[in-house]
Amino acid sequence: MPKRRIVVDPVTRLEGHGKIDIVLDEAGEVERAYFQVPELRGFEAFAVGRPAEDMPQITSRICGVCPMAHHMASAKALDDLYGVEPPRPAKKVRELVYDMFLLEDHALHVYVLGGPDFLVGPEAPPADRNVLGVIRKAGPEAGRRVLAVRKRLRAFIAEVAGKAVHPVFGLPGGVSKGVSPAALPELRALAAESLDFARSTLGMFRDTVLKDPAYMEMITSDLYTHRTYYMGLVDDRRSLSFYDGRVRVVDPEGKEYATFQARDYRNYIAERAEPWTYMKFPYLKPVGWRGFTEGPESGVYAVAPMARLNVADGMSTPEAQKAYEELFGTLGRKPVHHTLANHWARVVEMVYAAERIGELSRDPEITSADLRVIPAGTPSVGYGVVEAPRGTLFHHYESDEQGLIRKANLVVATQNNAARIAMSVEKAAKGLVHKGQVSEGLLNRIEMAFRAYDPCHGCATHSLPGQMPLVARIHDADGRLVRELRR
Amino acid sequence: MPDKPRIAFYAGAACGGCDTSVLDLAGDFPAFAEGVDIVFWPMVLDAKRRDVEAMPDDSLAVAFVSGAVRISDQEDMLRLLRRKSRLLVACGACAAQGGVPGLANLYDRERIMKAVYEEAPTTPSDGRVRPVTRSWEGARESVLPAFRNRVRSLDQVVDVDYILPGCPPPPKLIGDAVSALVSGHPPPRGAVLAPDVALCDTCPRKASRPENLEITEFHRTHLTVTDPGQCFTARGIVCMGPATRGGCEAACPNGNMPCTGCFGPTSRVRDQGAKMLSSLSSIVKASEPAEIGEVLAGIVDPIGTFYRYGLARSFLRGRIGRKAE
Repeated sequence: MPKRRIVVDPVTRLEGHGKIDIVLDEAGEVERAYFQVPELRGFEAFAVGRPAEDMPQITSRICGVCPMAHHMASAKALDDLYGVEPPRPAKKVRELVYDMFLLEDHALHVYVLGGPDFLVGPEAPPADRNVLGVIRKAGPEAGRRVLAVRKRLRAFIAEVAGKAVHPVFGLPGGVSKGVSPAALPELRALAAESLDFARSTLGMFRDTVLKDPAYMEMITSDLYTHRTYYMGLVDDRRSLSFYDGRVRVVDPEGKEYATFQARDYRNYIAERAEPWTYMKFPYLKPVGWRGFTEGPESGVYAVAPMARLNVADGMSTPEAQKAYEELFGTLGRKPVHHTLANHWARVVEMVYAAERIGELSRDPEITSADLRVIPAGTPSVGYGVVEAPRGTLFHHYESDEQGLIRKANLVVATQNNAARIAMSVEKAAKGLVHKGQVSEGLLNRIEMAFRAYDPCHGCATHSLPGQMPLVARIHDADGRLVRELRR
Repeated sequence: MPDKPRIAFYAGAACGGCDTSVLDLAGDFPAFAEGVDIVFWPMVLDAKRRDVEAMPDDSLAVAFVSGAVRISDQEDMLRLLRRKSRLLVACGACAAQGGVPGLANLYDRERIMKAVYEEAPTTPSDGRVRPVTRSWEGARESVLPAFRNRVRSLDQVVDVDYILPGCPPPPKLIGDAVSALVSGHPPPRGAVLAPDVALCDTCPRKASRPENLEITEFHRTHLTVTDPGQCFTARGIVCMGPATRGGCEAACPNGNMPCTGCFGPTSRVRDQGAKMLSSLSSIVKASEPAEIGEVLAGIVDPIGTFYRYGLARSFLRGRIGRKAE
């Protein structure tokens, strides 16, 4: 049999372009699978010359799904650039809005983007594997509730931040607007509703997925397992943190490899470019790049929900802590190397975000008007880091004395996962394609391998979500089309 | 019962914010999805390009296309949707005017590739690899769609019937647009699907703007405290309100920040940046033209300020000429 090539083009229900290219050998076994991102916009280039204070609004345009993550990382980088410490209430307002964003964004993934694979079932017809299929399965009440909670959270975010998609309130030294005392009753009611919603999502996840041995077998299957390093933010007590903290890295055995501040990111992270994709692949610089391989000798690391739980010693809120213990208790060890466990970790994080929203809603300072410190210093270099829903996000700016950007560098959530995503796709392909036999269901399983990361290639290439078709074309070694598959 | 109107959503060089705004029709989303037949929406549904290719020409009632055009694949998809759709809407600032990514037209392809793949502080000194459209690993060839030299708005590539402005368009305007365009009486072709008034006329801060405003100095947002309710222009902060179409319910001023112009101009204005510049010039307090220049020099990034969303389609078009694709 001649060499063949299969192209899965594109992957739907992820936020951005993606293309999987599978090359078979003479025996019809997978020789290599490529995961390609055909997108680039070049924010690093056109940030040059812009006033630093515009960066939170400019960089949010990297991604309209997680604009708040870029907006916040950027505002924090500006705090650092100007050497200004925002007032405590301003930080609390930022964190409150950020936790609301995390919660509604995770809900988007669980119910709309990635969850349908689980909640409706990977073998369900394509026409059902979407949000409407989830609503049909979970019942119209549950469906309405998801959308209603998400809408209410986003309305609150918009009230404080100006807009939910492309917020405007972040400035060096604080925020332009806070929570008005008049908004407090809605905030408290929303906090209660958020927690209830997060609990019921965890309940639904338990009922649908965890009680089904077939799902559990799939989560823990070797097909979806990689022994890599993990990265995420932790607070002073090494509990998981979204808005602020130090970056912690653990090795494949779960031992601490490093803990560092955002400003030292270049000592730990380097990026590898490849000719066949616009995506850059970050890796741990001191460990080094050894290709798309796992284990302690390879600098490949993972970020996002499961990675965050892997690097954290625990959760700072009670119900999330219980859910955290249940996850590690069930899966038996730490770190958890199963990619599909990200779905579960994401739900644990929803509980944490909801509990934090509750804590902050009860904080007497949350309605304070003490929201800004006007920067007095001369700007030069600034670094900001947050945990975006899809992983650790670094913004690094250098400016002239006027605060005009001279250099910008962005190491973005999904991008941190890029090498591991490519490995997951290859491993799934190798496990599921044999003797040239490729079925539609198998292609979806391969897609599942990376939808679990909730990849956002808008972020990863500082580019766009958009789509191309899904069609698998099988070519022989001369590039002739031998067969065409579609779902 | 007649078939429901079939509509499509697609994003080119975009951030996904327009798609998210469609999702934000939220509570109403199931009902919204029942009134029309959404046959293509890659962010949310599993339907693929092949499904679109299989449709008869003109069989879609409306295609909403967000994002600008930067990559060769996006041109192909845009032309395909144009062929399949009776109406095509440029959805959002990128599709309508190039948007924020259109600022990349200040630099050519070479500069962008260098900045991203060679000069980034995280690029190792031995790494000088760039993506290329065709590459080989052994005998295996990989193909990447081409990164064009310039960002283009949709109407620089195909005929566009309507513009739905905003970054992103607010959910309500999207809902209104869908209803209007699938009704028997769509607005005239070429219409911008938002109110034809300047943002200032809809701004709750308007009342605080003095009748005879005179500006002696411009201030930067991060160095200035603006009271809620105070007109930004009166405070000496550049607010794009006078040159920008309303319809956003003054979202940014409600967030206590000035308008940055994402809705583009009203129908009476050809070039948003030029209009803004003339509007500001008229309120600068100066006896001589040279003094006006001095005051305006306080605006540190005129292109990024006046053409934040509109550079690709503006009179300036950035520094990248039309010829070099």
